[in-house]
Amino acid sequence: MNAVEMKGITKRFPGIVANDRVNLTVKQGEIHALLGENGAGKSTLMNILFGLYQPDEGEIFIREKKTEITGPNIAGELGIGMVHQHFMLVDPFTVTENIILGSEPTQNGMIDQRKAEKEVQAISDRYGLKVDPRAKIRDISVGMQQRVEILKTLYRGADILIFDEPTAVLAPKEIDELIVIMENLVKEGKTIIFITHKLKEIMRICDAVTIIRQGKFIGRVDVADTDESRLASMMVGRDVSFTVDKKPAQPKETVLSIRNLRVKNSRGVDAVRGLDMEIKAGEIVGLAGVDGNGQSELIEAITGLKSAHKGEIVLNGKAITNLKPKAITHRGVGHIPEDRHRRGLVLDFSIGENMVLQTFDQKPFAKGWTLQYPQIFKHAKRLIKEFDVRTPDIHTPARALSGGNQQKGIIAREVDRDPDFLIAAQPTRGLDVGAIEGIHRRLIEQRDKGKAILLMSLELEEVWQLADRIAVIYEGKIAGWVDPATTTEEEIGLLMAGGQVGTEVSS
Amino acid sequence: MQVLSKINKQSSIFTSLVSVFLGLLVGGVMMILAGYNPIQAYIALFQSAFLQPFDIGETIRTITPLILTGLAVGLAFRTGLFNIGVEGQFIIGQLAAVIVALKLDLPPVIHAIVAVIAGALGGALWAFLPGYLKAKRGVHEVITTIMLNFIALYLSNLTVREWLTDGADKTKEIPESASLHWNMLSQLFDSSRVHFGIFIAIVAAFFMYYLLWKTTTGYQLRAVGYNPHASEYAGMNVSRNIVLSMMISGVFAGLAGASELLGTAGYQAIQASYTGIGFDGIAVSLLGGNSPLGIVLSASLFGILTYGGSNMEYVAAVPREVIRVVFAAIIFFVAANIVRWVAQRRKKKVIDKGGEGK
Amino acid sequence: MINSLTDILATTILYMTPLLLTAMGGLFSERSGVVNIGLEGLMTIGAFTAVITTLETHNPWLGLIAAMIAGMLFSIPHAVASITFKADQVVSGVAINFLALGVAVYLVKALYEGAGQTPDVQEVLRKMPIPGLEKIPVIGPALFDVFPTTYLAFIIVFIGYFVLYRTPFGMRLRAVGEHPQAAETMGVNVYRMRYTGVIISGALAGLGGASLSIAIGSQFSESTIAGQGFIALAALIFGKWHPFGALGASAFFGFAVALALKGQLIGLTNYVPSEALSMLPYILTILALAGFVGRAEAPAAIGKPFETGGR
Repeated sequence: MNAVEMKGITKRFPGIVANDRVNLTVKQGEIHALLGENGAGKSTLMNILFGLYQPDEGEIFIREKKTEITGPNIAGELGIGMVHQHFMLVDPFTVTENIILGSEPTQNGMIDQRKAEKEVQAISDRYGLKVDPRAKIRDISVGMQQRVEILKTLYRGADILIFDEPTAVLAPKEIDELIVIMENLVKEGKTIIFITHKLKEIMRICDAVTIIRQGKFIGRVDVADTDESRLASMMVGRDVSFTVDKKPAQPKETVLSIRNLRVKNSRGVDAVRGLDMEIKAGEIVGLAGVDGNGQSELIEAITGLKSAHKGEIVLNGKAITNLKPKAITHRGVGHIPEDRHRRGLVLDFSIGENMVLQTFDQKPFAKGWTLQYPQIFKHAKRLIKEFDVRTPDIHTPARALSGGNQQKGIIAREVDRDPDFLIAAQPTRGLDVGAIEGIHRRLIEQRDKGKAILLMSLELEEVWQLADRIAVIYEGKIAGWVDPATTTEEEIGLLMAGGQVGTEVSS
Repeated sequence: MQVLSKINKQSSIFTSLVSVFLGLLVGGVMMILAGYNPIQAYIALFQSAFLQPFDIGETIRTITPLILTGLAVGLAFRTGLFNIGVEGQFIIGQLAAVIVALKLDLPPVIHAIVAVIAGALGGALWAFLPGYLKAKRGVHEVITTIMLNFIALYLSNLTVREWLTDGADKTKEIPESASLHWNMLSQLFDSSRVHFGIFIAIVAAFFMYYLLWKTTTGYQLRAVGYNPHASEYAGMNVSRNIVLSMMISGVFAGLAGASELLGTAGYQAIQASYTGIGFDGIAVSLLGGNSPLGIVLSASLFGILTYGGSNMEYVAAVPREVIRVVFAAIIFFVAANIVRWVAQRRKKKVIDKGGEGK
Repeated sequence: MINSLTDILATTILYMTPLLLTAMGGLFSERSGVVNIGLEGLMTIGAFTAVITTLETHNPWLGLIAAMIAGMLFSIPHAVASITFKADQVVSGVAINFLALGVAVYLVKALYEGAGQTPDVQEVLRKMPIPGLEKIPVIGPALFDVFPTTYLAFIIVFIGYFVLYRTPFGMRLRAVGEHPQAAETMGVNVYRMRYTGVIISGALAGLGGASLSIAIGSQFSESTIAGQGFIALAALIFGKWHPFGALGASAFFGFAVALALKGQLIGLTNYVPSEALSMLPYILTILALAGFVGRAEAPAAIGKPFETGGR
């Protein structure tokens, strides 16, 4: 029997067609992957199935019965539950309160807290979820928060579960645990739709895959009949090479060295705890690790956005520890920030104005107190041309550009300042394959020009492809260095999870 | 940038005009409900604002503080801050000006200049505190400025009663030397109370334009207003810019207070509640699209409505408070951006229909 | 001395009533995620309506009910602008204050031939002593011989607490103010909850205004409310968006008013000018917000417009 069947689903938003006649067929009791790039329309399709959006065209059958899902309530009644990627949890509420919200058990009009807690405990025990019903969300780990999300759907009697990129926030060990939970769920008769763009995970746990690309339905295949490269080309629309063309690195003198660095995170806890690192001119050092192991704090400390309370950062032989961001920028640090909307651009400024974000008060862009717009615009036009930023003109607000072009703009600005040391944090997050390739080429080009580059990425693949050396960060320390040419996934995985590996790669 | 601001202006001028029209319509409905003739009333209103040279002068006098409080709100908005405390900064501006006017003995002109500067600094000081608390402790400026409005009111009353007078409820008149009154200008408008403050207001509008769009300081203020995180990343001092922005806004508000006191009232009285000129600044700035030119234009409109409204009460017997209702309606329509909303609705409908057609 | 203490305590209770009612109203709105700067205006319209209705019907209880209804009606533009149109909530609240004062004073002038204030209401609410309890020394006359609106205010605090923290409705309302997207995925109608929160705030602020105009006072003019709505907002914040916090803060602010009014009874005004006492609530609220007097933590999604399916 088909648990879910969506036929010819079309959904338009002002300016775009998010889903264009998409089909999805999921059999009862299978783990079905929904595969597509960022922006391919996966989320839209699932929001339709979950009742948050109404399709403009198309039909939905749940357990072979035609239905109209007009709201999350209806989806709930049909036994559809969603485990959101960005957890939909109310922080100051307890686990139980989050789970019962919207369908609270009552007695005389009051919430029956005790009954609710008992039920939550029972479901948790049955599927081996190990959550504490009385804990507050803000006090529990990311892994447990995800299990609360799963519990929310089970509490409502869901038997079709949508998992939206569930592994993005998890450590390898937690991913293993999640997979066990998913297998348990299927054993108990549940059906799972697994949204992802990670091919390895599909090959490992899924039964079948539906691929969508740019809002269009590409195909449905059984995992047994396919392999990673065929899935990749269906996802992207052409053959994809898994390697980046590059010559071996020619590392020279040390540009950046970090000694015993300690940095607190926003909650005042040490996130970087005695980290050492050295980066040479002409090499890319990849920083691999699970999100939240001190990567962001490390980068913010190097760039002066956070202060280090111990240790030393030396650039070209001079200490830059705890200098102001401006001073560090002037000494030759370029920074492609992790979150381009938050840090990288002033979205309401024109792309032209954004090109002088650090240099607006220097000659020739300013004379004394006044801005020299002709010079600013001339400079912006040159960068836009050189770096192929697609924009109607330099006066277009940065907000109106596509993610790839916004990122190209940032890279243009940072690279053009000709820094000795360039930090690229998650430089391709959320971009499509074409843009990713272009950005990878730029980074290699900068390396070959003799820049020292630190590449931080949560995508292990990316680090692997680009880096000349990989440093694995775990709990604020470099857990080990590996050589991308010789290392294995097991080795990196072990380091990312805090295991010990003996090899130290020196150059 | 020119292209962008052009688009911005076009849509916001249209929005503003529609909102003014709808606002006057709401006022008209109010009048009909209470049995007045709105057409007669509005004619009386607009006529009386321009009837005699004297009326024109008085209208300009009414417009003067509205431009300045509008600029105060607008500059803060442009830099990402909501200065609801213009009212309090206005009061402190009045207070500082009256203190200098009464307590210092200076030659003419210089006395007035010092008093105006004192007012500006008073406003800046009163705006410094919310700016500082926002920058350093993350306290939202809306709440702190509301609280500081009341503190300013009581502080002014206390100062007038205990220090500037001997328990009286208003100070004595300021000396001629500190006055912004300018005979030539006043006589031009048939001895109306129009005063030098209007020039201060116009210069302030030009200053805001130049500062925000032509200087490196303005670039930083706008960048911090739009995105403090990116500004910090780019090496700007976010806290300093927030404080600076509030203080410049406070300077405008303080100037409004000083010019009202030194030009129009001539004394400071104990006040039971606000003048409302600071809150009017919010309406002025919103309607003017937070741009200096727009603010001058919308202040003119609000000034005409306010002055004409009080005459309307005498001529057509329609209570002038109906103008407050018109203001309120205009704020609602501008804030809700009715025009954009209708446009989006229609766009959505077209798409939906396209869907059904297939 | 005992008499002065009783007097000050009674004045505290008297003046905390409108603050408490209005702060409880603000609580419902802000807990649902909608800032309500318009409390001042909603009180104004409540005070006005209560007086007019009582003058016409000679029944102050009808006046109270009418004030609640008027408050609800006037809160609707704020709800529409800030929830449906996603306008800036502070701006919309400011507009409510303009609108309410404008309409009320306009109608007073229209109804009473240009007069700045209404005639006096003869049938104002009378104090209701609770037999026996009112005889307790000091606190008896202050606590148990008060206006019905005061008893009502205290009852509303407890009902409010119960509703917000013990019922599904309250839990959903708070969830919508903390994380509306989460609430929506759980099938909670965010728009409906927020509308409800804002309209409850209108009802209670209307009641708060009425308690000033037909219990404490007996007529309506432009200066009847004179900032009480903003003090109520301060009490809500100083009380950390919690019913009992609002109760404590209102009592404290009422005490400041009592000291300013009755300070000469105990010789206080010889040392401290009454204006300084009047400033106290505002200064304390700023200190509380700045974290010097315990950190005040607002609902996480307050002031943010909500878009279906957005993140």
